[in-house]
Amino acid sequence: MILVTVGMQLGFDRLIEAMDELAPSLDMPVIAQTGRSSYQPANMEAREKIAPSEFEELVKQSRVIVSHAGIGTVLTAQRLSTPIVLFPRRYDFGEHRNDHQVATVRNLEGRPGVLIAFEQQELAGRIAEGLELASTRAALSPTKAQLQSAIVSFIETGNI
Amino acid sequence: MLLRDCLEAYDLRFATTDPAVAKQHGIEAVETLPDCNQNKPVQSVLCAFKALWVVLKHRPDVILSTGAAPGYFCLLAGRLTGARTLWIDSVANAEQLSMCGKLSKRTAHECITQWKHLADGDSVKYRGAVL
Repeated sequence: MILVTVGMQLGFDRLIEAMDELAPSLDMPVIAQTGRSSYQPANMEAREKIAPSEFEELVKQSRVIVSHAGIGTVLTAQRLSTPIVLFPRRYDFGEHRNDHQVATVRNLEGRPGVLIAFEQQELAGRIAEGLELASTRAALSPTKAQLQSAIVSFIETGNI
Repeated sequence: MLLRDCLEAYDLRFATTDPAVAKQHGIEAVETLPDCNQNKPVQSVLCAFKALWVVLKHRPDVILSTGAAPGYFCLLAGRLTGARTLWIDSVANAEQLSMCGKLSKRTAHECITQWKHLADGDSVKYRGAVL
């Protein structure tokens, strides 16, 4: 299964429409949490909101998550070792109050299990890469190991 | 919680505003702090006293906090008891440091951001991230 989410605050029709177009070619069920959306998906199960506990269950069952660039979703995906494809909201399309999601994905690019699609045409390729990862489940993130060693060093010596 | 596995060698105590989260991760003995923020002055004062009480009760050598205001009060209390204090700004703060993060630049021994571009080469350091 593939889970699509746009977060709880704003709709994101560009992502929902793109995923609805892709859904028939993916050969597996697609569930989308759409937020407030004016677009009615035809090829995937669409729900405006999903409660956090159910959302977590769905993430566990998913092979890949496709999401706006919300840090909360990235953290959930990472915690449950599920690959995530990020499609940032853009200011020029009126999808957010500024371009911080574009900045966020630039900063996250290259981290294990995190794939970025800047443009709609890149989604299919990134999802395919994510599905490949799903069978190997990424190892410990190198930046997490770095942070943990800084913490241990702080405890032992007071220096980070 | 994401960082906990590196702390297992130490004598650990947890304080949280939500004991259900601790329980979810298998931690039964936990200190509960009332939730608060800058818009709730009365609760903030209560929380600050409770944080001081918790720190005096356990007398930790080191205090780590990832936020928010209740964690910051624990760091402040730790300064009074001579603990070594580290602020780890939440990875959710990708655009700027949280308010308590900014305050901890001067009040905690060390302040860490989880975003490279928010490090200032001085009091705010980047040393990796949970992601």
